[in-house]
Amino acid sequence: MRHDHIISAKQLSRGDIEEVLDRAAEIDADQSAFGDRHPGALLGLLFFEPSTRTKMSFTAAIKRLGGDVVDMGPVEYSSVEKGESLADTVRVVEGYADALVLRHPSEGSATMASEFVDVPLINGGDGAGQHPTQTLLDLYTVRENAGLDDLTIGIMGDLKYGRTVHSMAHALTNFDARQHFISPESLKIPRNVRYDLHEEGATIQEHTELEPILDSLDVLYVTRIQKERFPDESEYREVAGEYRIDAGTLERADEDLTVLHPLPRVDEISHDVDGTSHAQFFPQAHNGVPVRMALLDLLLGGETA
Amino acid sequence: MSADEQLRVSKIPEGTVIDHITGGQAMHVLSILGIEGGDGDTVSIVMNAPSDRLGTKDIVKVEDRELSQAELDVLSLIAPAATINIIREFEVVEKHRVNRPDEVVGVLSCPNPNCITTEDEPVESRFDVLEDGVRCQYCETIVRDDIAELID
Repeated sequence: MRHDHIISAKQLSRGDIEEVLDRAAEIDADQSAFGDRHPGALLGLLFFEPSTRTKMSFTAAIKRLGGDVVDMGPVEYSSVEKGESLADTVRVVEGYADALVLRHPSEGSATMASEFVDVPLINGGDGAGQHPTQTLLDLYTVRENAGLDDLTIGIMGDLKYGRTVHSMAHALTNFDARQHFISPESLKIPRNVRYDLHEEGATIQEHTELEPILDSLDVLYVTRIQKERFPDESEYREVAGEYRIDAGTLERADEDLTVLHPLPRVDEISHDVDGTSHAQFFPQAHNGVPVRMALLDLLLGGETA
Repeated sequence: MSADEQLRVSKIPEGTVIDHITGGQAMHVLSILGIEGGDGDTVSIVMNAPSDRLGTKDIVKVEDRELSQAELDVLSLIAPAATINIIREFEVVEKHRVNRPDEVVGVLSCPNPNCITTEDEPVESRFDVLEDGVRCQYCETIVRDDIAELID
């Protein structure tokens, strides 16, 4: 891994991705063997937005490598409330930690913050921008279930504001993947993502309905229509609920279809899907620990396992 | 009408003449160059003059200042046909066109209200120049139309 910071899936080559996934597989096979990899290492957590999975799995990851966290805590109890800039906050906190994880509501925040620090900075989600570590665990789960080459994947839901979608779509251009995007007109992938996919020569198709392509898919990646990203509630209500799946929907799918979701879900995947062989979203969430352990191990200088 | 009759503003002794600016963009040109009139420079502006090539064009003459190529390349975003004449002793001593730069720094403001550069942070805006637009290096928003409206 030759990167100082992990800001966007765009910066990751196929080799980078495979290095992380291979290390994650080694960790998965014998997690205890990595318990003393980074004794005393401190991971600084700067979460300016709510998080369950990203924050807890990074915490679990560094602790399982023998390290610990230093956590800014909620914004309302920090100096941010006193008007401190993000640039100042990260410059202070880099003195307390060996690496930083930043989640922030503004697009480009991780790029900017990385310009002010020398320790590795990991983007844990920047507004509607990117979420590259989610993508690594998503790819790990796809590789385990369907393989990453000769892959037909449907990505459905909020493609405009969903940062996990933007990162995933970029990362998949490194593999032999056909990407189908399924969303309402108002939530199609944004212009900048489409531009990059076009530049990479990716095979993509956009749809407003799942039904016509469902039986061709190896993987269906469902995302939440995010209420907090909408300027007003009426626009949210208009589109929410149009892109739900249940066990009945999946009867028309290939029996080996893998259904993923970055979680949290609201009601876009009915609970009756949970018991089917398609449902892989809880194992996907659990993969956040070995994959983030692998990434931290590589960033903190773990050479060979 | 002869060339002399079309010469609406007199020749300048020393400085820079920016000709063939897209009609109506002269004020944006001054804004990009940071020329606000407060520092005492003598500046002449012709707007919407007839032009064989452009239909109408603007001309800006800045006395006693020789603007650098890097300063002027930013103008290519809003006035791609602009020509630059460096004047010494009433004569044109250099004449060149503007080139599209790879990036523009601190000139445009990002139109994405959720971009980190629109907040109170110690960073300048940075845009990559694409074939048909510009792209924020921070939030990656692409702008193709009305780039002049992004000028700070």
